[in-house]
Amino acid sequence: MISNTLSKHTITALVQDKPGVLNRISSMFRRRGFNISSLAVGQSESETLSRMTFVVDGDDKVVEQVTKHLHKLIDVIKVVDISEENVISRELALIKVKTGAEHRDQVMQISSMFRANIIDVSKDFLLVEATGDENKINSLINLLRDIGISEVMRTGSVAMNRASNKGSKKIKQSRASTRKWDEAASV
Amino acid sequence: MKLNGSQLICESLLLEGVESIFGLPGGAILPLYQTLPEYPSLKHILVRHEQGASHAADGFARVSGKPGVAWATSGPGATNLVTGIATAQMDSVPIVVITGQVPRAAIGSDAFQETDTTGITLPVTKHNYLVMDASEIPQIIKEAFHIASTGRPGPVLIDVPKDVQTEETEFDSETFETNYKNIKIDLPGYKPTLEGNIAQIKRAIKLIEDSQKPIILAGHGIIFSNAYEELKELAEKAQIPVITTLLGISSFPETHVLSAGWPGMHGMAYSSIAIEQADLLIALGMRFDDRITGKPSTFATKSKKIHVDIDPSEISKNVKADVPIVGDIKHVLQKLNPLVKSKSHAKWLKEIEDLKVKHPSLKIRNTEKLLPQYIIKCLDEVTKGDAIIVTGVGQHQMWAAQHYTYTEPKTLVTSGGSGAMGYEVPGAMGAQVARPDKTVWSIAGDGGFQMTMAELATLVENKIPVKFAILNNNFLGMVRQWQEFFFNKDYVATEYSRNPDFVKLAEAFGMLGLKVTEKKQVKSAIQKAMDYDGPALIDFVVEEEENVYPMIPAGQSVENLIEEPNPEKAVSS
Repeated sequence: MISNTLSKHTITALVQDKPGVLNRISSMFRRRGFNISSLAVGQSESETLSRMTFVVDGDDKVVEQVTKHLHKLIDVIKVVDISEENVISRELALIKVKTGAEHRDQVMQISSMFRANIIDVSKDFLLVEATGDENKINSLINLLRDIGISEVMRTGSVAMNRASNKGSKKIKQSRASTRKWDEAASV
Repeated sequence: MKLNGSQLICESLLLEGVESIFGLPGGAILPLYQTLPEYPSLKHILVRHEQGASHAADGFARVSGKPGVAWATSGPGATNLVTGIATAQMDSVPIVVITGQVPRAAIGSDAFQETDTTGITLPVTKHNYLVMDASEIPQIIKEAFHIASTGRPGPVLIDVPKDVQTEETEFDSETFETNYKNIKIDLPGYKPTLEGNIAQIKRAIKLIEDSQKPIILAGHGIIFSNAYEELKELAEKAQIPVITTLLGISSFPETHVLSAGWPGMHGMAYSSIAIEQADLLIALGMRFDDRITGKPSTFATKSKKIHVDIDPSEISKNVKADVPIVGDIKHVLQKLNPLVKSKSHAKWLKEIEDLKVKHPSLKIRNTEKLLPQYIIKCLDEVTKGDAIIVTGVGQHQMWAAQHYTYTEPKTLVTSGGSGAMGYEVPGAMGAQVARPDKTVWSIAGDGGFQMTMAELATLVENKIPVKFAILNNNFLGMVRQWQEFFFNKDYVATEYSRNPDFVKLAEAFGMLGLKVTEKKQVKSAIQKAMDYDGPALIDFVVEEEENVYPMIPAGQSVENLIEEPNPEKAVSS
């Protein structure tokens, strides 16, 4: 169950909405040598609390350390390691495609396949707005790259557990590993 | 009377039971200083350098068990505190540090003596605060003391802009005590787990019952949690030998029949070997530091590990735990001990006794030369093992930890994790302020001593009677030893070819100074220093190229242990 292979893990944290909290967290990541591949922050259901979503590269040991050290910070209230199988993650991307009239139709076609929107058109550019998980955005960008991308802006993933998560074996496994952390951390 | 920021700080500190503050004034903390005369029961000790203040607060906390307090001004005052703060952080010592800051409106403008103090200290504090409203001061101070002294203890810093110190608040001096007591600490992100999980404790019991060769590894956590009796009960009931860490020394009497030394880089060979041979390690409030594990992949491979610590992030950080128990050691042992069955482990204890005979790590060479180890032995004899020993960092620290006999809790005060040379002078000052009734001996190296010796003036001025034993080898001895072992005796930048005359120096500061060059002078000099009413210093001119044995080189395992090269010449003193 413990794997030593590198993989992406999604971790969410509920934190106090105070000055300097992001600094405390990013400083901890830097100091301990953890690698963040994306980070998104925004207000949570409570006005005084923010929720952060981290996508972290590392094996299980690294992820265990990340969650524990996050939890150790006084301003961090709750940390959840969301398993890949169990999570819904979305990010927003704005993609500026450099094209005149010649490829405009093609861009619109690709965008519509990805349920992305064209939100601005000018003589030489199209601005595409896309939402989806990381892989979907990557695929869209790859397709548009052949036409010509001049600028990409991505928010990084925000993630949430599914409301209902019964069923597959994989999910059971991931819950077992979450429990292991619980034993060490909160008993 | 309405209270301003400075008054709120002093009132709150008093209600937290603070008696002594180590500090040094400057522009941005002046309003607080000018308020001090209103609070005569807050005793301020004026240091010579802010590093002295933070180390002294740390020494005070280690000996008293209560948070030490240091304060200083903004900018250089704050940065000078950092070494002491980092030292407290590495060894989990509760201190509360207050710094002045430039006025709120000037923050971020690169004002005179402005430094981003909360930014700089962020990685070396358990938590820190920048106070932007004077009315928040009581809440913040209450939280700071709570955070510093509970859970895994550590330093907390409070940065207070100058105009916050003078800002008037709605708090009234008449009602403040009641107000303060009613302040609720509401930290949803900070709820240390005290009680160990009973299911895990039962798994631990099973491992203890199945074990033929168990060892307890007792760390600093035993001392912070006051779990001496519980530790002794567990060890005696199940007849488990106790090995301490460097910071765990004094948590278990070294005269106890189950005491089995301390392991690691310069620990006793028999302790390190016993750990390798054990089939169960019961780690209590320790963190498998690299000075103990050496090479983690080859460390104690034959044993299962029960790891009890209040900080979940320490469990399975360096060494994987088979049974993790998060909780306060005292609470956990109170639950665990009654479930432990009495056992004898006679065979295993005999094996350890044999190891002690085969690897006599504490024997001292018989020679007419003045050996540093011999001096520590004499200190042990003359003080009857009843002194508080404070050390710096290096060879003398290892000899002090090896050759003094520690029987009472909190009698060894030393910078372990951070390894801060210079701790020996201010650290001893803090220890003596915490325990004026005890003899405090600072065992110092000539290198570290010169880093902070300006605090001798503070000792004399405040009649703090610390006794210093400088083991003077005119070298940065530990570094020299590494150069001898690993760099072909290429002594680059480790020799002090012209050290000051420490006796004259002592006299210049107004203390007793003695010089010892021969073995036969040692005990009488120690006695003379102890009889002297006030701080005293002995300059022991010791064998220059003496090495600390045994040694496991950094990152290696017990197989690579280097022992005293001429054991046949070694005799017990």
